[in-house]
Amino acid sequence: MTQPTINDFHTILPMIVLSVWACLLLLVDLFIPKDRKGITALLAALGLILSLGFNLTRIGMESVGFSGMVVLDGFATFANVLLLLSGLFGVALAYGYVRRMGIERGEYYTLLLFSVCGMMLMAQAADLIIVFLALELLSIPLYVLAAFARGDMQSQEAGVKYFLLGAFATGFVVYGTALVFGATGTTSLGGIFAAASAGASTGSGNGLMFTIGAALILVGFGFKVAAVPFHMWTPDVYQGAPSAATAFMSSGAKVAGFVALLRVFSTSFPALASDMNGILWTLSALTMIVGNLIAIAQTNIKRMLAYSSIAHAGYILMAFVSYGNPQVASVSIASGMFYLMAYTLTNFGAWSVVVALEKAEGKGLEIADYAGVARKHPALAAAMAVFMLSFIGFPPTLGMVGKFYLFRAAIAGGYTGLALIGVLTSLVSAYYYLRVVVNMYMREGELVPEREPWLGFATALTAAATVALSLVPQWVFLLASTAVMK
Amino acid sequence: MLLEYIAIAVMIAVATLIAGIAIGLGELFGPKKASAAKSMPYESGMNPYGEGTRRMPVRFYLIAVLFILFDIEVVFLLPWAITFRKLGLFGLIEMAIFIVILLIGYVYAWGKGALEWE
Repeated sequence: MTQPTINDFHTILPMIVLSVWACLLLLVDLFIPKDRKGITALLAALGLILSLGFNLTRIGMESVGFSGMVVLDGFATFANVLLLLSGLFGVALAYGYVRRMGIERGEYYTLLLFSVCGMMLMAQAADLIIVFLALELLSIPLYVLAAFARGDMQSQEAGVKYFLLGAFATGFVVYGTALVFGATGTTSLGGIFAAASAGASTGSGNGLMFTIGAALILVGFGFKVAAVPFHMWTPDVYQGAPSAATAFMSSGAKVAGFVALLRVFSTSFPALASDMNGILWTLSALTMIVGNLIAIAQTNIKRMLAYSSIAHAGYILMAFVSYGNPQVASVSIASGMFYLMAYTLTNFGAWSVVVALEKAEGKGLEIADYAGVARKHPALAAAMAVFMLSFIGFPPTLGMVGKFYLFRAAIAGGYTGLALIGVLTSLVSAYYYLRVVVNMYMREGELVPEREPWLGFATALTAAATVALSLVPQWVFLLASTAVMK
Repeated sequence: MLLEYIAIAVMIAVATLIAGIAIGLGELFGPKKASAAKSMPYESGMNPYGEGTRRMPVRFYLIAVLFILFDIEVVFLLPWAITFRKLGLFGLIEMAIFIVILLIGYVYAWGKGALEWE
């Protein structure tokens, strides 16, 4: 066996820093008195910032570590920035929320850090074994976070449901990995590609086992990113889990799932593109249609945002359909990454408003409760309007630019029909997103939002970024495309 | 390649057959006189009392989880002890990291009072 050198550790340094920090935080938290758990939150944020700093020094670096088990490249660095930002927003949203809801315990932040570690490992995985390991490391803390309000039956239900279905989905990934290993004799992403190419050139092929393996891996990740028809758990879990935890899991876990899907499929399975195109097309179209249509019927803001997050998974899946087409693959993957970023910012923004308006015992979560917020709290209502417009894809917001890139990539790949479905479902989505805005601006109501500095900061920052970055989209897109270029 | 699996298929077939014969013969020739005592659940020869889904103190669960933690530690320590010379200093450091990670979990559980049975 080869012993690791210092370079191997450099490859995943940001993740190592964060995991060591999380372990220490677990111990430090023991000595922080119960009523001062805000210190734990600040320390967790500090760890995320530290890791982000290390990650930023990695820009432009490329290396492979631990005998090809992990990889550092622009794609991973870009994804890590998104994931660490998700972590930071997750802490900012939770800071006042968990105290207000009476569920403030230091473990919340430690679990969040461990989950971010798993997500970062996922972005850097270059072997299906590491993908599995990262999937577990990111999911298990999320199951606990979903059930964190343990006195609340809904939260318990969310945790158990997420755990059972998540474990089931992980089973699919493992089974798929086993079949792919059986067909190619390796679990290394690059090795699988080489074995599949060799099989294709000698004419022996890899046959059914290889295809089924790849399809099972797709099913497993379909669960994680909540693509229809693997989305059943999403509304219940997103509604039952504490809002701050939902914000984190609906952004971070989705980014990590898509990043792994992008890497695994574009590295290992280009040979299967002709088989997978139809499946991915159907998944994407179904996810957009079902997500958007069911969202119309929702009266609870958390459920509505859950279906909205399903619908957005459909848009992002659009970037995958042409992954095997070398002419458009890198542009469409860059579009996917761009949209993930737009989605993360908008999603955290929208959830920060939900967190600000939520009252104890689940009050203030009906869309009808949002009536009249604009009159007394114009800034909050304006921010929510920005997020809703961004979700629809209305200018001048990041969501609009993201959808433009996605649809352009889909048309360039020859999937005009899919882009058309995307446009039509976006129009449909305007109905339920605008209903929130209409409620806030055109009705009378009494709901008073909570004033918390970090929460307000997160709302303001995401709203500003959603608008400002949309004015200079080419810069961000350039970042995303340099990230995916090999 | 598939031929190599024939041995396993044969083993499965033989195992099913033997188990089937054993159960089948008993079913076929055994006397069937049901009584209340016979259809009682077997509990070490004691008369069972209460429901099978009785509520248990959650502390048992904590102890069980802690037990798994250290059980797994031993599971990994044993093969390492056997290949200790081969792995050398590198193995020692790796194992130290592994044990430190488990130790953090232990200290956490201790600090949280999971080891106390009040």
